[in-house]
Amino acid sequence: MSTHKISVDVNGTPQSGEVDSRMLLVHFLREELRMTGTHIGCDTTSCGACTVILNGRAVKSCTVFAVQADGAKVETVEGLEQGGTLHPLQEGFWEKHGLQCGYCTPGMLMCAKYLLSKNPDPSEAEIRAGISGNLCRCTGYNNIVEAIRYAAEKMATPQEVAR
Amino acid sequence: MIPATFDYHAPSTLDEALQLLARHGDAAKLLAGGHSLIPAMRFRLAQPEILIDLNKLDGLRYVREEGNVLAIGAMTPEAWLEESAVVQQRYPLLADAVSVIADPLVRNRGTVGGNLAHADPANDQPAVMLAYGATIVAQGPGGRRNIAIDDFFVNLFESSLQPGEIMLDIRVPAPGASSGGAYVKMERKVGDYATSAVAVQLTMNGPTISAARVALTNVNPVPMRSPGAEAALVGKAATEEAFEAAGKAAAAECDPSSDLRGSADYKRDVTRVLAKRAIRRAVARAQGRS
Repeated sequence: MSTHKISVDVNGTPQSGEVDSRMLLVHFLREELRMTGTHIGCDTTSCGACTVILNGRAVKSCTVFAVQADGAKVETVEGLEQGGTLHPLQEGFWEKHGLQCGYCTPGMLMCAKYLLSKNPDPSEAEIRAGISGNLCRCTGYNNIVEAIRYAAEKMATPQEVAR
Repeated sequence: MIPATFDYHAPSTLDEALQLLARHGDAAKLLAGGHSLIPAMRFRLAQPEILIDLNKLDGLRYVREEGNVLAIGAMTPEAWLEESAVVQQRYPLLADAVSVIADPLVRNRGTVGGNLAHADPANDQPAVMLAYGATIVAQGPGGRRNIAIDDFFVNLFESSLQPGEIMLDIRVPAPGASSGGAYVKMERKVGDYATSAVAVQLTMNGPTISAARVALTNVNPVPMRSPGAEAALVGKAATEEAFEAAGKAAAAECDPSSDLRGSADYKRDVTRVLAKRAIRRAVARAQGRS
């Protein structure tokens, strides 16, 4: 088995480690970096709980080897909140009750962030299609869709300049 | 579920990848998007000793028209096809298919070449490329060769790619005037394999269908065309009777297995209905009606 030194930009912070070839990206994040916001749901590339943004594309981090992320930019749920201020998506999930148990939420948030990066003003149908790789067993999705719409609208509105 | 141990190589040139493959032979497996291989490794259904990751071969990622051909680099993620204006405008069969392959996250990583090379009859691209009559370009130690898609799928999970060969390119003939295509899939839920799906590419001459290729997903051990369905269409007027005859022929020629998605008989009937829908849509597109 080969081991590899890797360097990964995680939420803007350079991280490095030595990983076995078979270590999955989600395990590197959770067990090596102790960033447990990214969840493991199904372990079978089905549920999307482990969604992160890898070089600008939302992917299931249970289906990428950590060594493949060497030199890459990874965004996880821990990077959403900035200086104590929730990301509009996090605020939307709060305001619209977009979660119940919360297990799928980190993956939903990262998938939604990717969706809005591609399509800042998605219709309900586009949101539903965009999150179709992320399973939620509690909400029935309606409030998640509303939460993402909330964020889209908030992000489209010019923010007040801080005084 | 952790994969068995393996040595990992990530060559940065095609030559290096070919050399690694030549050196390690059967012990090595090529890693494209990994969305079939990595789950198989996690279930220990696959335990390659060596993985040769092709993801650094950026030269194998492109979608572009070259003359009368749509050239798709083997390492192109499916999502690139969804985002490609030329695919959306000129290749409706392919556009239909890429919107229903697995889910959007998988499409960001899974590649067109991997989808084909895996030779899984449940994958969507095999039927699509069979219907288009695409050509696969592969390179091995003996040089480069073209493989007609009709000769590509040999057996369950077995393609005619030889040990030592790497797929470079998929070449899709540009649809001519009065051509139309469609892919119609039934799946229990997003991300599941098709219960059945039908890919159709045809050409009209006035009211008559002058050429047609019909291919089926996940209703046969090997990705297949339906010659009976094609014969029921070619030279015939585009009528509901012809579509029904083609659907019946596809249902008769396929060989689905009973599983959690339904009985073999059920899948045959679904195939009949989906074939009719796909043909109807392809004809409408060929006639500029949709």
